[in-house]
Amino acid sequence: MARDDVLVEIENLHMYFPVTAGVLQRKVANVKAVDGISFYIKRGETLGLVGESGCGKTTTGRCILQLYEVTSGKVFFEGKDLCKLKAGEMRSMRRNMQLIFQDPYASLDPRMTAGDIIGEPMLVHHLAKGKEYKEQVAELFRMVELEPRMSDRYPHEFSGGQRQRIGIARALAVKPSLIICDEPVSALDVSIQAQVIILLMKLREEFNLTYLFIAHDLSVVRYISDRVAVMYLGRIVEITDSDELYDNPLHPYTQALLSAVPIPDPVVDRQRKRILLTGDVPSPVFPPSGCNFHPRCHRAIDSCKEHVPELRNMGGEHWVACHRV
Amino acid sequence: MSYYINKGESVGLVGESACGKSVSALSILRLIPYPPGIIVGGEVIFNGQDLLQISEKEMRHTRGNRIAMIFQEPTTSLNPVLSIKRQLSESLELHRGMDKNTAAEESTKLLKLVGIPDAERRLENYPYQFSGGMQQRIMIAMALSCNPELLIADEPTTSVDVTVQAQLLEIMANLRSQFGTAVIIITHNLGVVARYVDRVNVMYAGQLVETATTDALYGNPMHPYTIGLLASVPRLDLSRKRKVSIIKGLPPNLARLPKGCAFQPRCEYAISRCNEEKPELKKVGKDHYSACFRSGELQK
Repeated sequence: MARDDVLVEIENLHMYFPVTAGVLQRKVANVKAVDGISFYIKRGETLGLVGESGCGKTTTGRCILQLYEVTSGKVFFEGKDLCKLKAGEMRSMRRNMQLIFQDPYASLDPRMTAGDIIGEPMLVHHLAKGKEYKEQVAELFRMVELEPRMSDRYPHEFSGGQRQRIGIARALAVKPSLIICDEPVSALDVSIQAQVIILLMKLREEFNLTYLFIAHDLSVVRYISDRVAVMYLGRIVEITDSDELYDNPLHPYTQALLSAVPIPDPVVDRQRKRILLTGDVPSPVFPPSGCNFHPRCHRAIDSCKEHVPELRNMGGEHWVACHRV
Repeated sequence: MSYYINKGESVGLVGESACGKSVSALSILRLIPYPPGIIVGGEVIFNGQDLLQISEKEMRHTRGNRIAMIFQEPTTSLNPVLSIKRQLSESLELHRGMDKNTAAEESTKLLKLVGIPDAERRLENYPYQFSGGMQQRIMIAMALSCNPELLIADEPTTSVDVTVQAQLLEIMANLRSQFGTAVIIITHNLGVVARYVDRVNVMYAGQLVETATTDALYGNPMHPYTIGLLASVPRLDLSRKRKVSIIKGLPPNLARLPKGCAFQPRCEYAISRCNEEKPELKKVGKDHYSACFRSGELQK
C-alpha cells in the first residue's frame, strides 16, 4: 500500500458465509462468495466489475463498505485499513463512501418525502441545518436534473428513472469521494438507462468522483469504465483497461462472456466468433478444484483441475488468471 | 395496430416497458383478463381463422396446442408443487391424447431436446430444484410439446445471465429450423433482436411505429424513435469514444396520450403537423413501413 493516487485497495479479500443445518444450526459448509481477490481503484477512476449472478460482485462492494464482517483480507481506503476500524470510526468513515442501489423502488422509504430522503444523510453526519440545509437539498435536486419543487413529493409519485436520480442525489449529499454503483441502470428502460449513465458520467467529472461500477450488462460497463475486472465464482479472472479488455480478451471465460452478448447491428453480429458455454455456474458452496472455471472451459487441460491460476501481468497492466494464456 | 407473421418466420416485437408489447401478444391468445380488459375491435387471423370469433372451447384447443407461449419469469410460470413430469405430460395427455407411459417417454425426449442432462432422473424433480436457466428450458420444452405452429416468447431471457441467454436463444433457433415453428420474441433488448429474428416490429405507446426486415431496420432506421433507441444503447463492439445520445423525457401515460403523434413531445424532428395529426404507417422501402411524416427526409 503506497501510491498516493490509489483511493481504494483490496488485498486478498475473502468473504465466506456459513451454511447451517440441523436443530443446533451447526455450520456445515461455507458459501465462498468472495475467495481471495485483490484490486485497486485510483482516485477519479471508474472500475467496472462484471460477472454472472452469484459471482460475488455485490458482496465485494459491500465488503468495501464494511457492511459485512470480512472473513479475511484487507480493505484500504485512503491508506487506512477499514477492517481494523471500530464501529464508530467506521460510521464516520462511511461519509466518504456511498452506495447506489439497483432497485429504485425498494431502496427509497415510501413514507419519506424526496426532500427528506435526500437530506437525511446530511443530518446524520451533521453537515448542515436550517436554511443552509434547505438550500443544499435544492442544489442536490438540480444536480441530478430534478426540480427542487418536487421535494415534497413521495417516491411513488416518481418514475423509475427519477427515483434512481433521487438515489444518486442521496449518495451525493455527503460529498463522498467513492460511490459504489450496484447495477444502477439494470432496472430501467433502454431510453432511461442512457439518461442515467450520462448523468453519472457528468457528476463524475464535476466532483472528481471515483466509481466502483457493478453491473452484468457488459456494454454499459465498457462505456462508463476506465478499467474492468471480470469475476467468476468469487475470483477475479481478468482485469485491465476497458477498451483493451473488449478488443483483446485473454481469459477463455471473458471471451465466452463477451461473445454471448448480441450486438445491436445484425451485420456486425454475424461476423463475430461465438463461444457457447455449456452448463450452469457451479455452486459457490462446493466450487470445482483448481481453476474453478475448468469444467466449462474449452481450453482446459489436466493441470487446470489441480492448480489455482494466479493473476499474471501480460504487459501493459493486463492481468489474467489462466494457465493457458 | 396490425402486424403479421409468416409460417416459420421469427419476428421481434421491441419497445420499452408498458408500450403494449405483452398485451398485444396476450390478445392473440385471448388471455386478457376481462373485466377490466377488453379487445375493442380488430381481428387476429391465425391460419385464415379469426381467433376472436371462435368459441372458448375451440380457443382452448388452440392454446398450447397450436399456439404456445413462454413467459418472462419461469419461476412463477411453473407450478411449484407438481413434478416436472406431471407438468410436462399434462399437455401431452390433454392435447395429444397420449396415455401416461407414452407421455412420460415423450417428456424425457423433450427434456433432452432442450439440453437438460440426465433427463430421466430430472423428470421426477420439482421446479425449485432447477436453476432459472433450466426452468426456462423446461418452459420451452412444455411450449414445444405439441409442435405448435406459433411460439410466443415474452421476454424469455430477461431474468437470466447473458451466457444462459445465449444458450436458450440458440435452443430456440435450432428448434425453429428443425420444426419450422414461427416465433414471436417480445423483448426490449435490441441485441437479441438483431441476432435472432428475421423481421422487427417497433412499438411505442401502444402503436406500431416501424416495421422492417432486421437488416433494413438496423441499417437504415426511418422512425425517429427507432433512430433514438439505437443511438442510446452503449455497444460492446464500439470504443468508449463513441458517445451515446439520449431520448429526452419519459414514455407517455397510455391513459393520457398526447394529441397527434405519441412520440412527438420527445422527438427532435417534430414539426407542427405532428402536433395535430396522427401519422399512419407508410411504406418507405421494400417491406419497410414507418409511422412518421418525416421518414422520407430521415433516410440515410
